[in-house]
Amino acid sequence: MNPIKAKNREALIALLFLLPNLLGFLIFDSIPVLTSLVLSFFDARLAPWPQVLTAKFVGFGNFIRLLGFQLKDASWVPNDPKFWRFTGNTLFLMMVIPLQIFGSLILALIMNKKLRGVVAFRTIYFLPTIANGVAIYLLWQWVYNPNFGLLNSMIAKAGDIFNVRIQGPHWLSSEVWAKPSLMLMGLWIVLGGHNAILYLAALQNIPKDFYDASSIDGASPWHKFWYITWPMISPTTFFITVMSVIFGFQSGFMQAYIMTRGGPNGATTTLEYYIFKNLYEWHHVGYAATVAWFLFIVIFMITLFNWRFGGKVVHY
Amino acid sequence: MRADKEQGVSEILLRSKRKRARKELLLKTAAYFFLTLGGISMILPFLWMISTSLKEAQAIYTFPPKWIPDPVIFEAYIKVWKIVPFARFYFNSIFVAFCVTAGQVMTSAFAGYAFSRLRFPGRDKLFFAYLATMMIPYSVILVPVYILMVYFRWIDSYKALILPAMFTAYGTFMLRQFFMSIPRDLEDAARIDGCSLFGIFWKIILPLSKPALATLTMFTFMASWNNFMWPLLVTNSTEKATLPVGLSYFQEVYQYTQPDWSLLMAGSLLAVLPVIIVFVFNQRFFVEGIKLTGIKG
Repeated sequence: MNPIKAKNREALIALLFLLPNLLGFLIFDSIPVLTSLVLSFFDARLAPWPQVLTAKFVGFGNFIRLLGFQLKDASWVPNDPKFWRFTGNTLFLMMVIPLQIFGSLILALIMNKKLRGVVAFRTIYFLPTIANGVAIYLLWQWVYNPNFGLLNSMIAKAGDIFNVRIQGPHWLSSEVWAKPSLMLMGLWIVLGGHNAILYLAALQNIPKDFYDASSIDGASPWHKFWYITWPMISPTTFFITVMSVIFGFQSGFMQAYIMTRGGPNGATTTLEYYIFKNLYEWHHVGYAATVAWFLFIVIFMITLFNWRFGGKVVHY
Repeated sequence: MRADKEQGVSEILLRSKRKRARKELLLKTAAYFFLTLGGISMILPFLWMISTSLKEAQAIYTFPPKWIPDPVIFEAYIKVWKIVPFARFYFNSIFVAFCVTAGQVMTSAFAGYAFSRLRFPGRDKLFFAYLATMMIPYSVILVPVYILMVYFRWIDSYKALILPAMFTAYGTFMLRQFFMSIPRDLEDAARIDGCSLFGIFWKIILPLSKPALATLTMFTFMASWNNFMWPLLVTNSTEKATLPVGLSYFQEVYQYTQPDWSLLMAGSLLAVLPVIIVFVFNQRFFVEGIKLTGIKG
């Protein structure tokens, strides 16, 4: 077979191999991305079949509604005050990320010591990640029950020791405590999960000689951590941080839907939940696409920023 | 004299060795202590879940609560199947997860092979496009695909639950990277022996990729089993609902009254049991797998 024919044949076979995946990529991934962008310029609502969609071109109207301000009674009022509130919620909930990363690192450091039964511990710590889903959120809704839940019962028992009657707060229905409750639950879920495993792998990759050499030079454990361990795992830290931020922006839907329905008073609604509501409840599809694209742009910019800035801090 | 000196030196060495050994022991004990403390707080909510599921109604709403229920009631586990079509949810979850996993692994393997080993025009540009879409948040794609489901009239059907999920850029990426790490010598030898391109894929590449394939299978199954948002969107009856959506139906059943927590806890436990069992039996793959992918699931 001459080489040209062989090349063509190989390309044809490649196409066959690629076809199912490629079809999926086109129909469910790449074309939707473009469609979503187009939709964000329309006031599009869901309609009954077969029309499915009623769309009115509004140009940047959706974006103006999302991000714009108008003058009302001599002060600037946001066009969509809910949006700003929900963005604040999303950012607030993301404040638990440093804690999560730090906690996973500590856990990995501890688990890295040659202890017997580490596998059992690893399994236990990984369980919340495995079971992550509606079941966990229902469980924690029960844990946070103000009168009979696990947390308030433990608090009350602790109070009993000091002969003080402590009534724990209404965790999920108080505007003050709702978000911290979700953050604590988030910490519990993520602590022993993927981040810890990644850190564990990174720690195990550090050559032992480094530590031995530093011991000879009289290094303290703190020195060893700060000057050997920390730089050696900085690529992993960078990766974990970037991914956590990316996912953090898109999180909060399940918690909001299952545990609080976004309440109380929108205190636990994140941007993802807002998109869902626009799509599923209010059928304002164009606006949902607008919020989604805004989210994308934000994530993109922040990831870019992380990349530029992080590159300087990471040691390879 | 010399013997004394030597003895002195060896004594000092011995003492410092003992000191180091004691320090090691102290560190190890501290490590165990904190690990156990953390482990308890990890498992405590699960124990709470089991305990609640075995209590009778009055026992749930007592304060302070008793950890070991007395009497132990299994009624919740029986009621769960009756109050909502739990068996249906279970079947749907298993069916959907199985199809999605099989589909994802197969299409990713085929495409990964094409991207890593076969040459065709535009290969690298196309792969870059794949990578680019991985960066895009789920909600951007969600909106149009949902409209597509409405347009195809796939709402509340298995097609909507399975087909969009059967494709993944992550899986393709991961397998492509893995296939590229397999040395070419084996393929070249096979080619000389007259093996077809498909034969190389089937008889050489795939068997050597068992860890990567196992990892992808594990994570895909887990993701599909726990998936909530998409099934919530595309199903609106109990016929096709999967377990996560089914569990949320419990909430609606008790919209205006205090929910029966033993029922909810029993249902939740039953819902996570399969994934936990699958995990426990495939422990080692998970750790290896996360290191392989380096990607959060």
